[in-house]
Amino acid sequence: MRAVGVLALQGDVREHVTTLENLGVTVRRVRTPGDLNGVSGLVIPGGESTTMSRLLMTSGLREPLQSLITGGFPVLGTCAGLIMLAREVLDGRADQWSFGAIDVTVRRNGYGRQIASFETPIDVLGSGTVPGVFIRAPRIVRWGEEVVVLASHDHGDGAHPVLVRQGSAWGCSFHPELTSDVTVHGLFLDALAEALR
Amino acid sequence: MTSALSPSTVGSALVKRGLADMLRGGVIMDVVNPEQAKIAEDAGAVAVMALERVPSDIRRDGGVARMSDPQMIQEIQAAVTIPVMAKARIGHFAEAQILQALDVDYIDESEVLTPADEENHIDKWVFTVPFVCGATNLGEALRRIAEGACLIRSKGEAGTGNVVEAVRHLRTINAQMRRLASADAAELFALAKDLQAPVALVQEVAATGKLPVPLFCAGGISTPADASLVLQLGAEAVFVGSGIFKSEDPVRMAKAIVEATTHYEDASIVTKVSTGLGAAMRGAETATLETRLAERGW
Repeated sequence: MRAVGVLALQGDVREHVTTLENLGVTVRRVRTPGDLNGVSGLVIPGGESTTMSRLLMTSGLREPLQSLITGGFPVLGTCAGLIMLAREVLDGRADQWSFGAIDVTVRRNGYGRQIASFETPIDVLGSGTVPGVFIRAPRIVRWGEEVVVLASHDHGDGAHPVLVRQGSAWGCSFHPELTSDVTVHGLFLDALAEALR
Repeated sequence: MTSALSPSTVGSALVKRGLADMLRGGVIMDVVNPEQAKIAEDAGAVAVMALERVPSDIRRDGGVARMSDPQMIQEIQAAVTIPVMAKARIGHFAEAQILQALDVDYIDESEVLTPADEENHIDKWVFTVPFVCGATNLGEALRRIAEGACLIRSKGEAGTGNVVEAVRHLRTINAQMRRLASADAAELFALAKDLQAPVALVQEVAATGKLPVPLFCAGGISTPADASLVLQLGAEAVFVGSGIFKSEDPVRMAKAIVEATTHYEDASIVTKVSTGLGAAMRGAETATLETRLAERGW
């Protein structure tokens, strides 16, 4: 398999790199458009979505990534990465934009500020239980018919999806990269290999 | 599948340190009002530090520097969507309790404010909100981590616009970590004694080669080149205090430091964002200072 990219503008890049390498993948950090050459998929890490969206523009990555993603390029976004992939973002900045690859509406900090950040076990469809680390996490408050919900969490006010997929775009509210569990990255890589076949 | 109403845990070390991980590669900017906070967010700051006076003004004004007015912190929280940090005095756990009640995202137990306790720092384990603390060397960093700090920053010499102290602190911490990595198991006990740090943390650093929490840089960062320098020296993110809003063109300076922090290894990009920026803050030679903030805390 060709290299998998990790968007390395800001955020917990290293943890994603480590997780992917532990799964036997060659990883490339992506900071400029040239870094996209020869990568077969991209992980958008956790971090601050407002910062990432600005750096995507100044680095010249926004347009090439948008056309790749619109064309079905495999992407996995965790936390801020999910925000970047969502169709609609609530409680963001007035000029907040996103790639719109997954037909969900996310509310930024939808589980509360840092003091409400939490850990809880999450059951992933067909893959057992994984540790869920939610840090100022976005909450998926609407999801379209084409969205496959792979895991949900009930935070005391009804179930909301926390791991979703639409085509080759994957989004996750929590941070699988902050734990040693490789389930979510493994599912993404399996789908990526399938798409390349 | 929906996870049944399973127990969820708040305030764990993982979620507290995890927020610091999310700030890596970013710039945390000191702001004194909602307008500055908006400018910081627009420029791409990953977080803002809400305080009444930036360090250079605290230095100029003298007197006792305390926690900011809660109203001012709340106005800044209302103005931006990024994390908001605020400072408590060293040892002043009541100020920290107020900041936690205000729902700030990170508390900086800071030497920039006048210390409230000459012997003890805050017991940070009892708080749900995470803490960042300053350190000038590895022993100090590990003592703060033993007290529950989830993020360490160099102290630098705040409010001077002079990066020399921050560089000294980063180089010292890194050199001491390299020394631990090359020590054998028996030597670690004596090294822990020299560092005045808990043996278990010393053993952890020796095994992993890095701190158990992220290491950021603060103190005197005033230009994109300063940011690039400290990131290349091993800092994982930067705090910029007076350096932005005391410069000639804060909007451009803020954006430039954000880009330089991301692309710190790419001299062509750091050059581009450094070009035609206007004057950086004036700055001070640290050897002539009457008050050395970095000597506060121990």
